[in-house]
Amino acid sequence: MIEVLFVLFAVVALGGAFGVVISKSPVASLLFMVATLASVAGIYVLFEAHFLAAIQVLVYAGAIMVLFLFVIMLLNLGHDYRADLRFGLWSLLAFVVAGLTAGVLAQGFMDVGDTGFREDGAAIAAALDEAAREEGVAGVIAEPLFTDYVVAFELMGLLLLVAIVAAVVLAKPRN
Amino acid sequence: MHEMQQLSTFWFWVAGAAKVIGVFTVVMLAVAYMTLAERRVSGFIQDRLGPNRVGPFGLLQPIADAVKNLIKEETMPGTSSKFYFVLGPMLAIMPAVVTFAVIPIAAPLPTPVGTVDMIVADVPIGILYILALSSLAVYGIVLAGWASNNKYAFLGGLRASAQMISYEVALGLSVIAVLLLAGNVTLTEMVWQQQQMKLWFVFPLSLAFIFFVISALAETNRLPFDMPEAESELITGYHTEYSAMKFSMFFIAEYSHVLTASALMATLFFGGWDIPVWTGDDMFWHEGALIRGFDEAGAPIAATPSVLITLLTLGAFSAKTAFFVLLYIWIRWTLPRFRYDQVMHLGWKVLLPAALGYIVLIAGTMLVLDQLGVPFGLRYGLILTGVSGVTTVAFLFFVDRDRVISGAHGQGSVARIRARAAAAGIRDAHGAQAAPATARSNPASS
Repeated sequence: MIEVLFVLFAVVALGGAFGVVISKSPVASLLFMVATLASVAGIYVLFEAHFLAAIQVLVYAGAIMVLFLFVIMLLNLGHDYRADLRFGLWSLLAFVVAGLTAGVLAQGFMDVGDTGFREDGAAIAAALDEAAREEGVAGVIAEPLFTDYVVAFELMGLLLLVAIVAAVVLAKPRN
Repeated sequence: MHEMQQLSTFWFWVAGAAKVIGVFTVVMLAVAYMTLAERRVSGFIQDRLGPNRVGPFGLLQPIADAVKNLIKEETMPGTSSKFYFVLGPMLAIMPAVVTFAVIPIAAPLPTPVGTVDMIVADVPIGILYILALSSLAVYGIVLAGWASNNKYAFLGGLRASAQMISYEVALGLSVIAVLLLAGNVTLTEMVWQQQQMKLWFVFPLSLAFIFFVISALAETNRLPFDMPEAESELITGYHTEYSAMKFSMFFIAEYSHVLTASALMATLFFGGWDIPVWTGDDMFWHEGALIRGFDEAGAPIAATPSVLITLLTLGAFSAKTAFFVLLYIWIRWTLPRFRYDQVMHLGWKVLLPAALGYIVLIAGTMLVLDQLGVPFGLRYGLILTGVSGVTTVAFLFFVDRDRVISGAHGQGSVARIRARAAAAGIRDAHGAQAAPATARSNPASS
């Protein structure tokens, strides 16, 4: 059952990712992107990472992509996209970078295949299950996030705030 | 005791399938009759009858409407993007019908094969599932508006996306206060914590409830927040070009959202299926056993589920949900529509900072109470109620100074309008000159 669902979500996620690149209309690209994000969320659920799945849909599919859609529609890119597609040196470079990234990833997976996963993986999974029963699925993530990694977390928030302020300053007309 | 058993895998699937079919049917029926209720109640509010011809009290009207919508001609605008035009209503109805799945509707039901939880899917992420899926609802509306290739529909779609993103923030922040108090995100646990506190969360979290109601109105695009379809400005906004069953899809989606939002208000703030005062209906799965509470020593007390309790709690849940549905309808036919800038102003400049401040206040109060060693219970809840009540009164006092809701700043107060009119020497409707006017009237205007 889980394998079947995994294959289903994986196919949709990969197909969606191809669709984002291939489709000619920006709105279609965006919908493919939403499908990919939702499928990845489905895979998270299969891994029993429920909280991550919910946040993935809530933040990426539900908020950020809606903003993308908003911008695409406001700029009315849906009818004239060809000027935005540039070929030449850049697309060549993009292919090279994508190929290298895929190679590195493939190498990484092969290494994992050779050495196997962590030996204490089952113990960690059991401990996580126990923690999820005790504190709820959100607590398992929230506890380390607000204790061990609280400085990094706050810095991340500050970074986002800086980006928002910068965007407002840039968008403001000068007088 | 075999009634207390958890279900075996086979019966879990059987019960699950039965619950999916049952809840879906009931939700769809409820949606059909909500459309009738809307028209009848609006009739009463406007001193007319409303549809009362089809069947007794017009009770068969939804069926007549459904048949009409099914056999009507489907129009397809020639300049629309066909694929997205059809996709729009599908995407709109999908999140609307699945969100109800995680809301507990009654106390667990004992059956010969084990105890059945009266919730379609008790997923561990609970409320986050609802927030996540309802955040996808905007795609249907935006795509419909865009694909129609009609400027009114397009404006409706744009407004929907801006409004729903804005109020999602306020909605999420109002829910955070509930999460703080309940300590978990599952709705079954929220009902349980309210039973344990012996106080519904609407009292200790009164301001969060007000924020939730306002944001839920905006999220479901109901008046006074129906900017996406404001008929006096945009014909009917995003579904201007839709007809027959495709139009009905948007209609069903909207009413399903209203139903889910009402059920959520009942569950988050009014104890869900909890019957007030009576503790015999308190039930919760604790370490594989159904318990009613904890005794003095902290040992769990076993609960005795019964069909009667399930039916009674189902009745309590239905009554609470129905009340909030009526509140929705009541608000729709009482309040005028906001202007678009007022909607944005209220969302970003009032609700967002106020909800953030309220979370800090509630978290701080809870921290102090925990440090003082006050146990989670009625006393804990009453102290929070006091703090929250003062904040709520202060907030309402601050907000209702004619500045947020009235468009022209400072003109909303009758006294102030009279004073201004008097200053300008204008007589009021009764022809009486307001008192100070003679002294200060402008000679040029009289």
